[in-house]
Amino acid sequence: MTGEVVVDVRNLGVRIGGRPVLHNIDVRIQAGEFIGLIGANGAGKSTFLKAVLGLLPAAGTVTVFGQPARRGNRAVGYVPQNVRMDRDTPLRGWDLVALGLDGHRWGFPLPGRERRRRVEEMLEAVDAARYAHLPVGRLSGGEQQRLLIAQALLGGPRLLLLDEPLASLDLKSAHEVVGLVARLARERGVTVLLVAHDMNPLLPVVDRVLYLADGRAAIGRVEEIFRSEVLSRLYGYPVEVLRVKGRILVLGGDAGAHVLSAETHCCPAGHPA
Amino acid sequence: MSMWAGFWQSPEVHGALALGAVVAAVSGVIGVFVVLRGQSFAGHALADIGGAGAAGAFLAGVNSLWGFLLFGLLGAVGVELLGRRARERDLATGIVLALALGVEALLLYFDTRLAGGAQAPMLVLFGSVFVVAPSTVRVVAVLSLVTAAVTGALYRPLLLCSIEPELAVTRGIPVTLVSLVFILLLAVVVEEGSLVVGALLSTGLLIGPAAAAVRLTAKTGWAMFWAALLGVAAVWAGVFLAYGSYRWPPGGHGWPVSFFTAALILVFYLAARLGTGSRQGA
Repeated sequence: MTGEVVVDVRNLGVRIGGRPVLHNIDVRIQAGEFIGLIGANGAGKSTFLKAVLGLLPAAGTVTVFGQPARRGNRAVGYVPQNVRMDRDTPLRGWDLVALGLDGHRWGFPLPGRERRRRVEEMLEAVDAARYAHLPVGRLSGGEQQRLLIAQALLGGPRLLLLDEPLASLDLKSAHEVVGLVARLARERGVTVLLVAHDMNPLLPVVDRVLYLADGRAAIGRVEEIFRSEVLSRLYGYPVEVLRVKGRILVLGGDAGAHVLSAETHCCPAGHPA
Repeated sequence: MSMWAGFWQSPEVHGALALGAVVAAVSGVIGVFVVLRGQSFAGHALADIGGAGAAGAFLAGVNSLWGFLLFGLLGAVGVELLGRRARERDLATGIVLALALGVEALLLYFDTRLAGGAQAPMLVLFGSVFVVAPSTVRVVAVLSLVTAAVTGALYRPLLLCSIEPELAVTRGIPVTLVSLVFILLLAVVVEEGSLVVGALLSTGLLIGPAAAAVRLTAKTGWAMFWAALLGVAAVWAGVFLAYGSYRWPPGGHGWPVSFFTAALILVFYLAARLGTGSRQGA
């Protein structure tokens, strides 16, 4: 770890429609880190990402690479949540990825050898060259996710933000996508902030966890955050953390009747109950 | 035989073929973006809103193109400002559309009773491609060129906005402005289409060829090319058949171009679906 602070969030507060979504969040992310941003639905994960992208008016300060967070920062790549593409969308995977290079420029793209080389190199890197000529609407969720990651990385970002890239993926695809992001980030020296509601697929790759609950945050290594007393304090009521064969299970309430966030991988779907 | 000699010499036919080609081509280009953005309902509504303007133009004795365009552009701004989210936009569009159709009914009634324009409803609702003045054809040609040029300039940011607005925002693209400019372009194109095939069928020219084209190719640029080509073919064949139908029953008058064009667009769409439906299962 080089020690350079990539994302510096101080005293961040966000209200949406008068309702507090995040309050008093202090987080510093260092260059080269892989951070898993974990929390239940409605905990403010996407809101936190939007604050880092400079899309929201917020109290406090959010600094990215020493500058206030702003739109159009080419040092930041973004993979949005849940991009739905119709079967007949007239767009090939190749073109979607190429938009990562020059989609913000005016006019038609001019074909060029350098442009083609960079797009194809990136398609190879995410192992998507086989289906890049097919319409994006006919690809599987995992294939579309690889293309979206490729388009985000093609701009040459030093920080990559991914909003729920594993949602709607089966277990195998989820592990492949996590492995792919970790490998590419390491090779290219990219800092990663990946949003997920389940910690387990990220366990092999994350450096630290940013856990959000009820608008508050805790950040630290997995073993520092996934402890009953830490999460109980964050949620403001009793929570129990169990470890089952190297996986983490978070149970809410005294009797452990209610599954709060992370799940085991025993269930075929791998999704929360 | 002499009838077909007349076809090639008639200035009305020349005007109809020129107007039809220009409008169908630019409709195909914009239509592919309409399919990408899921805005076909907005396109349909804008054509009908423009129809109210055209009915008013008849009453005032002004070229109906200006009525179509004025109401269409105002309607486009209204639709864009009223609804931010997709569901909201459909509701807002539906309400504005209902109001416009009511006003259109009233104005067409005045046209037939006061201005002596017994033909006005037919021309506004189903098109007037044979009676458009050459000067109007030139205006439409210039408008279409400007529309195509602006669409070309917006191409990549508009594509990004159409796929995922949030992604476009993070790239620093002014998404609100791009959407507003696009709906204004859409309004210009459907109002031009209304001159050719009428306010009721203008969306058919807009989305029919585009819907067929996206079955034929996944390349965005090629889809635009095919949509333009199919649109021009449908309109030209429509003009040809309408001219030929002069002696068909009840006689003394050709059948409407809109009928033939709409029927051909449906045939193209079905052919594209049948031809590609089973193969593209990958």
